[in-house]
Amino acid sequence: MTSGFPEIWDTRAFGRALDRAFNSLVAEWGETLELIFLPVLRFITGLERGLQFLPWWMVLLAFCLATWAAARRWQPVVAVGVLLVLLGLLGIWNEAMATVALMLAATILSVLIGMPLGIAMARSDGLRRGMLPVLDIMQTLPIFVYLIPFVMLFGPGKIPALLATIVFAIPPVIRLTDLGIRQVDPEILEASRAFGASSRQQLWTVQVPLAMPTIMAGINQTTMMALSMVVIASMIGAGGLGYQVLQGIQRLEVSRGLIAGLGIVLLAIIFDRIAQSYGRRVQANLHREGN
Amino acid sequence: MASTNSPVKIRVEGVSKVFGRDPKTALARVEAGMDKAHLLEETNHVLGLHGIDLDIRAGETFVIMGLSGSGKSTLIRHFNRLIEPTGGRILFDGEDILGYDETRLRAFRRRKVAMVFQRFALLPHRTVIENVMYGLLLDGMPKAQAKERADAQIGLVGLSGFEASYPAQLSGGMQQRVGLARALATDAEVLLMDEAFSALDPLIRHDMQMQLKELQGRLGKTIVFITHDLDEALLLGDHIAILKDGTLRQVGTGGEILRAPADDYVARFVRDVNRARILLCGTFADAGLITAPGAPEIGAEATLEEAFGAFATGAKAVVVRGADGQISGALTPQKVMEALARV
Repeated sequence: MTSGFPEIWDTRAFGRALDRAFNSLVAEWGETLELIFLPVLRFITGLERGLQFLPWWMVLLAFCLATWAAARRWQPVVAVGVLLVLLGLLGIWNEAMATVALMLAATILSVLIGMPLGIAMARSDGLRRGMLPVLDIMQTLPIFVYLIPFVMLFGPGKIPALLATIVFAIPPVIRLTDLGIRQVDPEILEASRAFGASSRQQLWTVQVPLAMPTIMAGINQTTMMALSMVVIASMIGAGGLGYQVLQGIQRLEVSRGLIAGLGIVLLAIIFDRIAQSYGRRVQANLHREGN
Repeated sequence: MASTNSPVKIRVEGVSKVFGRDPKTALARVEAGMDKAHLLEETNHVLGLHGIDLDIRAGETFVIMGLSGSGKSTLIRHFNRLIEPTGGRILFDGEDILGYDETRLRAFRRRKVAMVFQRFALLPHRTVIENVMYGLLLDGMPKAQAKERADAQIGLVGLSGFEASYPAQLSGGMQQRVGLARALATDAEVLLMDEAFSALDPLIRHDMQMQLKELQGRLGKTIVFITHDLDEALLLGDHIAILKDGTLRQVGTGGEILRAPADDYVARFVRDVNRARILLCGTFADAGLITAPGAPEIGAEATLEEAFGAFATGAKAVVVRGADGQISGALTPQKVMEALARV
């Protein structure tokens, strides 16, 4: 028998204390937290119902319009339209819409939280030094490790699924916002200072617009990561396509899992098309080098 | 052209700049006699500028010249406080700009000084006219009014028709015209031009120099112009300051610097200049010389090179007439050769 590392302190007691502390946190704050996140829950369910109860062609039209607004070219619009029709033909429209609702909510919240954080990081080296290890932890910690506490706090459902998705998906938008702003040509920044720009004016007239292609790459990655979380999120009651995959595994129905998986891939392609063509348009507007 | 009695626009008094963690202490060591190399080695501080005194007069083009690392770009950035000095004072119209708080400083940058950059530094995501409007919009001018002003400036630099283009669609020369229009648009009294033409190819550069001279004649701005090119300095500068290793070596008109270089460094610097194109006939006219009647005449502001033509046709001497209409003397080929001979 191997001896292993000597037990210097009582780890079991530490673990028990940690559990007790968390349990009392759940008992005391669980309801309050649920109340706080009620508006977010309403937002997701509203979005999901809207997408599911609208006629399919109106949803399709909305997607195509959004693609046009982002790309200003017809090719991606046609591609997105065709991919959505395929999704419908696979017979998983409603599940896909539930997934879209969760993913959109997670992406929107990630951007709303992540962009300001990234901007703050770009402006403060101290904050950056503090944030980088936190982001590393968020990206390497196995998802189940924080899934469990979220479920204990909120009970199984959409909110813990959303929060876990955000934790998993937010790092790229934060990192790339920080990177994009730090990479802005210092001469252009200096010029704006020389013409009397305040730091807020510098942010909105120079830093954010010039960092936009990089920020968009971050948002794109965040979207993809949010989408890849849906299978795992379905285990805690998020529903949608992920739930179909889970059922496929549980019932050993290869077809169910395969079709739902294909649906997730189609959604990924759709959102990637939209984000990328927007990114390309922003990039083209910058005309960075030469003609 | 500004005369020596126009009021001082920018006065620089004992300005020093040290880069590093503790510049004040490092500057004290320099004042105590430590030189640049030792400062770097022993304290890891870089001496950027040391004890600069300058008077830049209203309406003149003042050229600050030096090679790379001489501190010229650092110096020009003190005039709008993009860089803060470690010691010394900077007076603008007699007012100490180092005393300005953040708000005053912004207003000062928006209205009093404008800057043109070596690599243009235009906003790539904005059109030509939006770039020219930039400074005006920062100052809160209504869009319609800013557009009107910007339109006029674009016309002035000869870019009408390109208002809706993006910078990257324009050539380097055209981009720098946008940079110039952007600086002129704010109607600032002082233009700071940091190697503004150095990135352009020679023909375009010459066009831009001529255009700047012409604009200056019309607008009468005070221009501080940085360059590493002596020909450019002599062409544009009413006064030239020569900077080396962060200290001023000589300040004077182009002619003064050519005739009497203050030290070996300046002398080596000016050695290869075509002196005939810079030195003026008036400076070398001999008042005691008697000329034959019918001798050709030349203005005192003409360069020696312009007198060559008359000598080539066989004239023994040319009469030099000053701007006031009085004859100030005469020049012989002998006199011209003496002026051109390197000491």
